[in-house]
Amino acid sequence: MSALIEVRGLRYRYDDGTQALNGIDFDLRPGDCVALLGANGSGKTTFVLHLNGLLTGEGFVKVCGLPVTKENLPAIRAKIGMVFQDSDEQLFMPSVLEDVAFGPANQGLKIEEATARAHTALTQVGMDWAAAKAPYHLSAGEKRRVALAGVLAMDPEILVLDEPTTYLDPPGQRELLKLLKELPQAKILVTHDIPFAQSLATRAVFFEKGKVVAEGSVSQVVGQFDWHL
Amino acid sequence: MHHVLVEQWSRRASWLHRRDARGKLLALVAILIAIGTTRIDAHAALAAYALLLITALLAARLPVISILLRSASVLPFTGTFALVSWIAGDAPRAISLLEKSYLSALAALLLISTTPLPRLFAGLESLGVPRLINLTVQFLYRYLFVISEQAQHMRLASRCRSSGKNNHGTRSRFAAATGSLAVLFARSYGRAEGVHRAMLSRGFAGHFPLLAAPRFTLADGGFLTAAIASALLVRVGL
Repeated sequence: MSALIEVRGLRYRYDDGTQALNGIDFDLRPGDCVALLGANGSGKTTFVLHLNGLLTGEGFVKVCGLPVTKENLPAIRAKIGMVFQDSDEQLFMPSVLEDVAFGPANQGLKIEEATARAHTALTQVGMDWAAAKAPYHLSAGEKRRVALAGVLAMDPEILVLDEPTTYLDPPGQRELLKLLKELPQAKILVTHDIPFAQSLATRAVFFEKGKVVAEGSVSQVVGQFDWHL
Repeated sequence: MHHVLVEQWSRRASWLHRRDARGKLLALVAILIAIGTTRIDAHAALAAYALLLITALLAARLPVISILLRSASVLPFTGTFALVSWIAGDAPRAISLLEKSYLSALAALLLISTTPLPRLFAGLESLGVPRLINLTVQFLYRYLFVISEQAQHMRLASRCRSSGKNNHGTRSRFAAATGSLAVLFARSYGRAEGVHRAMLSRGFAGHFPLLAAPRFTLADGGFLTAAIASALLVRVGL
């Protein structure tokens, strides 16, 4: 089975001289759910920002058979749905429906089709009732669901979730877990939430100083680095 | 929050709420021009404008007293100019300035209390307001909530670390306030980058899609005609 994401020798240095990524090799296959673990500043978020071309470093990144180049960005961004840590940054349109329809409309779908996609995605995450609401009227959990609907509406093949459980209370985390388990897409989770990763991820990758230093099941990796609470 | 309440009012259902935003915007322009060009001693005309606006508030089933009180929030600003006119010996102009600014604020509040913001912005855009300006204002409004929430958190954190006694002096309080402003500015900048990143991730290529084109019906035409005719009648007749 060919890899959905193939990364070889990825390096990235920020403008201030910090070497954030130092030769990353990574593969994601259909059906995978990979948890990216590691300390703050170890390069996890910087790494995922390379997957849809938000950052560009040295090395080779291929998504669904397409190299991440400027020409391929529209196609690649349609294939990778990225849910950011801070939902307020992701919900920028005046109403929930407009926000969720933003992605499909940018993909060139007709307004009716984009709206229908948005309603379907909102129903999928149980938020269709909030379609006409303004995003700032929602709770943190509801915002996270709407942010997820925003990327599901684009019908992506891969979901990347950066700290998906941040700001969520335990029932909210449980609901999100249930929802993510039902979604067929391959997933990458950037997380510090070990129980959440153990419940969802099929594999874990451990980042340290911009390098992948371990790979295996979540329990193996967590045990190896004494990453328990 | 004040603006949240206004937004809740804007999502109510009434004949006036259902009118197309463009019709309401043009009606507002008409009434503002009429108020602005009314003679300063034409108190009967100004009273008639007030009556028209209160009738519209009642028709929109809005809380009249609350909106009348909120419209007064413009008075501290225009009051300064009125005071200057008063001191200069032009009392009628000072009174007229207060009356006209109050009525203008009332008319603007009537518009935003009967038109949800997305529709208002869509109306502005279809009336020719440049999209860039329109979107900038939308973003400003959208993130005002987030930034004000951050400011409240910072204030709370600051109070938690103070002794509760007001013994630090004006200078140190001023330094703390300016420091907080700098932090808020830096955070807003960081957030702007985050928002742009999220937009790019969902295929943004410089154009914001508009979901539903507003429709201007016969009833909207009737409303606009009636609003302009009323304003003109008061302006010319009284």
